[in-house]
Amino acid sequence: MSDQLVIKDVTVKFDNVTAIKNICFSLEKGEIGCLLGPSGCGKTTLLRAISGFEPIQAGLISLDNEEISTTSFLKPPEKRKVGMVFQDFALFPHLNVEANVEFGLANLSPKTKIKKIKEMLSLVGLEKISKRYPHELSGGQQQRVALARALAPEPSIILLDEPFSNLDTELRSQLAFEVRDLLKKRQVTALLVTHDQDEAFAISDKIVLLNDGKIEQLDTPYQIYHKPNSLFAADFIGKGTIINVGIDATGLLANNLGSLSLNSLPSDMGNSVKLLVRPDDIAFEESSETKLKIVSKSFLGPNYLYDLALEDGQTVPCLTHSHIDVDVGDDLPVKFDLRHVVIFNAN
Amino acid sequence: MEITLNNPKPFKSKREKPYWLFTLFASTFLIAAPVLFILSHLFMPFSDSWAHLFDTVLSDYIFNSIALMLGVGIGTLMLGVGAAWLTAMCEFPGRKFFAWAFLLPLAMPAYIIAYTYTGILDFAGPVQSTLREVFNWAYGDYYFPNVRSLGGAICMLTLVLYPYVYMLVRLALSEQSTAILEASRILGKTSWQSLFSVALPMARPAIVAGITLALMETLADYGTVEFFGVSTFTTGIFRTWYGLGDLQTAAQLCSFLLLFVFFLIILEKKSRNKLRFHQNKSVKKLSKINLTKGRAATAVFFAGSLVAVGFFIPAIQLLFWTLDYWKNVWDADFINLLFNSFFLAATSASVCALMAIFLAYSKREFKNKAAHTSAGIAGIGYAVPGTVIAIGVLIPAAWLDNHLDYLSTLYLDMPIGLLFSGSMVILVFAYLVRFLSISLNTMDSGLSAIKPGLDESARSLGASKKNVLTKIHIPILKTSVLTAFLLVFVEVMKELPTTLILRPFNFNTLAVKTYELASDERLLDAALPALCIVMISLIPILFVSKSIVIDKAKHE
Repeated sequence: MSDQLVIKDVTVKFDNVTAIKNICFSLEKGEIGCLLGPSGCGKTTLLRAISGFEPIQAGLISLDNEEISTTSFLKPPEKRKVGMVFQDFALFPHLNVEANVEFGLANLSPKTKIKKIKEMLSLVGLEKISKRYPHELSGGQQQRVALARALAPEPSIILLDEPFSNLDTELRSQLAFEVRDLLKKRQVTALLVTHDQDEAFAISDKIVLLNDGKIEQLDTPYQIYHKPNSLFAADFIGKGTIINVGIDATGLLANNLGSLSLNSLPSDMGNSVKLLVRPDDIAFEESSETKLKIVSKSFLGPNYLYDLALEDGQTVPCLTHSHIDVDVGDDLPVKFDLRHVVIFNAN
Repeated sequence: MEITLNNPKPFKSKREKPYWLFTLFASTFLIAAPVLFILSHLFMPFSDSWAHLFDTVLSDYIFNSIALMLGVGIGTLMLGVGAAWLTAMCEFPGRKFFAWAFLLPLAMPAYIIAYTYTGILDFAGPVQSTLREVFNWAYGDYYFPNVRSLGGAICMLTLVLYPYVYMLVRLALSEQSTAILEASRILGKTSWQSLFSVALPMARPAIVAGITLALMETLADYGTVEFFGVSTFTTGIFRTWYGLGDLQTAAQLCSFLLLFVFFLIILEKKSRNKLRFHQNKSVKKLSKINLTKGRAATAVFFAGSLVAVGFFIPAIQLLFWTLDYWKNVWDADFINLLFNSFFLAATSASVCALMAIFLAYSKREFKNKAAHTSAGIAGIGYAVPGTVIAIGVLIPAAWLDNHLDYLSTLYLDMPIGLLFSGSMVILVFAYLVRFLSISLNTMDSGLSAIKPGLDESARSLGASKKNVLTKIHIPILKTSVLTAFLLVFVEVMKELPTTLILRPFNFNTLAVKTYELASDERLLDAALPALCIVMISLIPILFVSKSIVIDKAKHE
């Protein structure tokens, strides 16, 4: 399959402040991509560049093999076959649900229009409230209208700008799955912007991890979580602590953390590494000889999350069942279970 | 056995303030009384004068009033929305200046602009004289439109009333969410199409509110239509009273005029109810449309002509006339009249400000509906034409005066004369009824800055009740009180029909003097008092921040 959206070396500047720099990635037809990163990393800027609201200073953006943004040419937003779901949904308050969906269908005959509106509303399950106005809808319903409205003109790609951030936490994960399902069913190419990794994991095939205007890592959700290729990625994705730990020639780690097989390590490791420890890398084991002092603990319902002090004072997280209830200051017997080892050069 | 109840005095609950509540209801009733009195005339017997009115002029009143409203409605819609769109959504040279200058016609009462343009455009005026000189024409050789006509009145009123539409629509447009306009673009509409399919429909409540305000001013106008010889309800009321001496019929005409006003209010509320939009405010600044050379020139031309025709040309003309002819008017009487105007305006503005403080605090103190409705009713005057209020005040006051005089003559053998109707008291009262809503709105928005929690947190930090007042309320409300005072001061300066009807014998103000000189066809001599009014009216626009002018337009 050919790439539908191609972003090539794109740079966007605002008055000499570089918002994004040399961004390169592409999406195939039907693929769901996600721009993930902390706020201010440039992900919304990139989305606005794709939708045509932001000119680019270098590189090019093409959609369906047609260049839509270059340094000298900017196709106006209304001419691009791009759909968009806005953060606050941006439904037209003076139009009802039906008319909102109809808005982008200007060039169709009345009959096809009606058919299309019906199809879209049944797709998102809103046939019964097609005459209501946006302010009479719940947050989730508004979200669905926004999605139906964006999908109705059958755009080549649909852009979603933090589409779930205005919803309750509970609704959020439910809708994320629904949206993925729907996009997949209709084979719509989509690009989502979010700062919430759970959302990114739930919905996307491909994650573009951005930091400070640059791509930090471009990978599948699984790879990003388990094989972060930078300290930033390791720190930003998932829970975990990065510790400095000594390592000897045989691969034995200091602090009784166990040993690593040498062939999994880069050759120029030296005698100290940075190691990512995730909460599930350290397990409670009653019979273990290794006992670490509890610095703090928090109750999570089904689990306890403990912070444990290593011999040299660094702390590591440990997730246990919640019936393992030990006081702060006492020792917890644990076993190191480093399966997906993520290490970085100490320098 | 004796039971001693030694309970400490219970903390006085907020609801137990009967004197306060009584004063609130009584003052509201007093303020609403003139309107109620006029309305009651709808149910009184119609005198023979009605048959006469019906056969002769009534259809003129109705036709002209409706034609005026239609014309001014369409005119203010186009000028106001055009000006708002240009300054809120486009970028062109001088945009910031025009955004402010579009407000200037607010300082120009309709009757003054009407007198001025009559002077400029009539046969002996500079325009026609120049034309005759240049083309060597004589009288009757050429056609020139007559300003003193229905069309002229529509133009004059439109020129000074479009700022109401402009202010409200501009505010609405600049508060619109960027995302919504972008959504429209992404769904295939150009920015021009987006204006008509999204931005303006969303601004509809503001457009309707602005036009409603302009139309209320149109209905209230007396000076312009009287001078132009256009018979409307207001001129009809004057004629019925002064000409026929039939107060009852005049009051009934007033009540019909009031029906027009209520119809407008209901229409406005209806259109607003359906369209109560909840917009998520987006922080992003709207990127303005950059107008290119030709379009920018057109924009500057449109904006420039509007500001010139609506303010600068008449203002400068007034200035020149004043410089040439001020000696004709400037005498001891004029100084006396200046003093009268200031004294009257200052007194009324103070009374309005005090009443507004009382009402605003009442609303804050009592959470119950009766108190709120009561304060709301007190603000109804903004919609009622000055003529109607004047008649509604005059008739009861005259009745009261006559009876008091009769009684005091009878029992005390001491005639007291006309206690109210012959004095400034009813004039100030009528202004209070008419302009209270302006000061009330200013106070309300000022007081809303003091959340109830603020008092409580100050008390919990150890401030006494007195300290809360002096350290929190007074500093925060100072500007609001001043603004409320200033806005009413200016309105009283400008107000013509109320003053004409209610002024004590031989008592003149700047507005009345301007009117009298103009009525005597002494337009050039009228320039001095007219210019004084315009300059005083400029004060709030020049020195009080723009947001306050906007607050004023929202008074409702």
